Amino acid sequence: MTAQKENNVAIECRGITKRFGSVVANDKINLTVRKGEILALLGENGSGKTTLMNMLSGIYHPDEGSILVDGREVTINSPTDATKLGIGMIHQHFKLVEVFSAMENIVLGTRETLQKPKEMKARIEELSARFGLEIDPQEKIYNMSVSEKQTVEILKVLYRGAKILILDEPTAVLTPQETEKLFEILRRMKSEGNAVIIITHKLNEVLSISDRVTILRKGRSIETVVTSESDVHSLTELMVGRPVELSIDRPPVENRSEILKVVNLSIRKPDGALALNDVSFTINRGEILGIAGVAGSGQKELCEGLVGLLSVEKGAILYDKENIVGKTPAEIIDLGISMSFIPEDRLGMGLVAGMGMVENMLLKSYRSKKGPFVKTQPAREQAQRLIKRLEIVTPGVDTPVRMMSGGNVQKVLLGREIESSPNVLITAYPVRGLDINSSYTVYELLNEQKKKNVAVIYVGEDLDVLLELCDRIMVLCHGKITGIVDADKVTKDEIGLMMTGEQLQSESETEGEN
Amino acid sequence: MSMIIKFIVASIASGTPILFGTLGEICHEKVGHLNLGVEGIMSIGAVAGFMVGYRTDSFVLALIAAFIGGALASLLYALLTVTFMANQNVTGLTLTIFGVGLANFIGYYALQHSENGTLKLPENITAQMRNVSIPGLSNIPVLGELLFSYTPFVYIGIITALLLGYYYKRTKTGLNVRAIGENPAAADAAGIKVTKCKYLNICLGGGICGIGGAYTIMIINKGVWISDCVGGLGWIAVALVIFATWSPVKAILGSFVFGALRQIRYYMPNSIGISTAIYDMLPYAITLLVLVVTSVRMVREKSQPAACGTNYFREDR
Repeated sequence: MTAQKENNVAIECRGITKRFGSVVANDKINLTVRKGEILALLGENGSGKTTLMNMLSGIYHPDEGSILVDGREVTINSPTDATKLGIGMIHQHFKLVEVFSAMENIVLGTRETLQKPKEMKARIEELSARFGLEIDPQEKIYNMSVSEKQTVEILKVLYRGAKILILDEPTAVLTPQETEKLFEILRRMKSEGNAVIIITHKLNEVLSISDRVTILRKGRSIETVVTSESDVHSLTELMVGRPVELSIDRPPVENRSEILKVVNLSIRKPDGALALNDVSFTINRGEILGIAGVAGSGQKELCEGLVGLLSVEKGAILYDKENIVGKTPAEIIDLGISMSFIPEDRLGMGLVAGMGMVENMLLKSYRSKKGPFVKTQPAREQAQRLIKRLEIVTPGVDTPVRMMSGGNVQKVLLGREIESSPNVLITAYPVRGLDINSSYTVYELLNEQKKKNVAVIYVGEDLDVLLELCDRIMVLCHGKITGIVDADKVTKDEIGLMMTGEQLQSESETEGEN
Repeated sequence: MSMIIKFIVASIASGTPILFGTLGEICHEKVGHLNLGVEGIMSIGAVAGFMVGYRTDSFVLALIAAFIGGALASLLYALLTVTFMANQNVTGLTLTIFGVGLANFIGYYALQHSENGTLKLPENITAQMRNVSIPGLSNIPVLGELLFSYTPFVYIGIITALLLGYYYKRTKTGLNVRAIGENPAAADAAGIKVTKCKYLNICLGGGICGIGGAYTIMIINKGVWISDCVGGLGWIAVALVIFATWSPVKAILGSFVFGALRQIRYYMPNSIGISTAIYDMLPYAITLLVLVVTSVRMVREKSQPAACGTNYFREDR
């Protein structure tokens, strides 16, 4: 079977090099994808996966090397060129016009005229049926869920007649069930003879969907292996360059006492829609409470509501039996409640991108000092301490944090919050965009806090991590709690179901406890 | 009754320069560029139209010159914001100062070199830009006066608005344009030539603004050159874009409402005794009010194009 496919190469990269200034993002990369196969592209952040794919889709232009499609050498100067060659890319951040309907987005930029909406609709429906996609062509994008938007993206490239599909981290925002559905679609494409390249760093997905895996490390193509002959450990080793311990510790903590109790909490979004609907839960000292849910299920509002950034519509937040609803963030801090919030948008809300580490440290600590002047010396020492302790890589404590890599920015933020020795630590997607090594450092830091009897709220998207790291997991769906479960007594599929709104049978007892 | 008809007719005429400015600004904002330089673009259009009209005595050539003048001013704006990624607000404000100044400078220079110290358009061209009289239609009582008694500008303005409305709503290029204004990255990925499309639409918008400028000097000032002839209409046009919810067709109605505000003082009985300063202020006060009311959250399709105000750089992530 393999021999048959040899002369069946859909796309080939030979010695591709791309530099951004002095940084070599891709260094002589070789890659071959055959027709009717799914190739996974595996690598840590910054290993050059997305850069390489952007060159195939015409967004960047390679400095050296050649690209062959169907055995012919081609130059791809723009997305239009890529489309003509049958290459379609589904970007990690969807490239959709929110106020347009699905159909308008699908036909955007194609030669079809708008005067024939019936024909277009028929073609979209035919494509949908062929690949098992479900979408209403007239629906506006802003009314759609993340997975529906992804379906539109897929239809967009199929409508343009793509034979080579590139998906950049397509599962990052999907529930396990939605992921399975996506994989079903990809398998259909494969059976129709299309080539599929999927970028991901979730190893179990690589193993379940791909035929072969090409591993990139630091801009180089390290090796291509056949999926059926590899496992999680061999792939990680290739990706990181050395063996990595892959289990996350869950230290048992005795003597848990309640620190925060949320009762019938409802919060409205600024646009008036109900983001949280009658939510009640508790969290104990020395516990990590995981929060799972499809993106936009109310996680953000919950975090912001707890720290006083959003006003609460009704309900109570009891911190050691004192209601903190209605207090400003400053008052909450003044009460001696140290709640550290690590927002999902690190540079948007957590840190000031244009300031260095020292000034960012000061932002948190200057209020407690007297007088109109700030003393930078303690903050400078604090910054240096953090650099040593968390192995932060930065040219200096005064280098603006926006010049630092995502992992290091995350460490600065987490480190600053931990330094203020909080009682409650709220983290939203703390490992988003981090590579395996940095992720594990973050998990260790959180566990360290847990052992110090800090209550940790961990809003996450990787269910495998949630299940391993957290003590209990609370699942949100459309602003409602669909379950609070013990992490060691639940399966990934059950959580996935709760994320789509199904309540578990046994879970009603757990909720009664709270 | 005849007073009311006269008031409506005057309002429509008075709203026309604002209509051109608004349509031009809509063209800018639909491709995601907020241009605060409408006042300056209109001034440049005014001076270009006036000078060419003065020399050639041709109404058509004057209009073409006004269009080209406005388009060139916008080309400068496009060059700075699309290619060199300059801040849109600052560029627009600078363009206003520059455009008004340039127009005044050229006008002053021409006045210095004129025979009797004034500049007035020749007789032939003023005849051409007077109210169109359509035999038969213009003589119908009431309707004739209400519909067929305007300068050519009014008809050009309304037809332009309707064409633009069709362009954005029904044509493929219009769909592409709207996609650029909403999400240039998505448009780029869909294979639309973002930069080219932006340049074309910005220049088109500038040209339309330029014709509005020509109106101010040819009709409002009756073909006599004065400095600062646009006199703030460009600013009302920018505000009116919001009032019209970015729809060229709705801009027709909006501009006539504002025209009425500018005319109402002449149709109020003297006995009411409101100071004329109040009437002068009225359009601006209503503009403020409209800005507040319309800035309150609207339906997403009827709000400003999402990418408006930010420049697009492909390799930005």
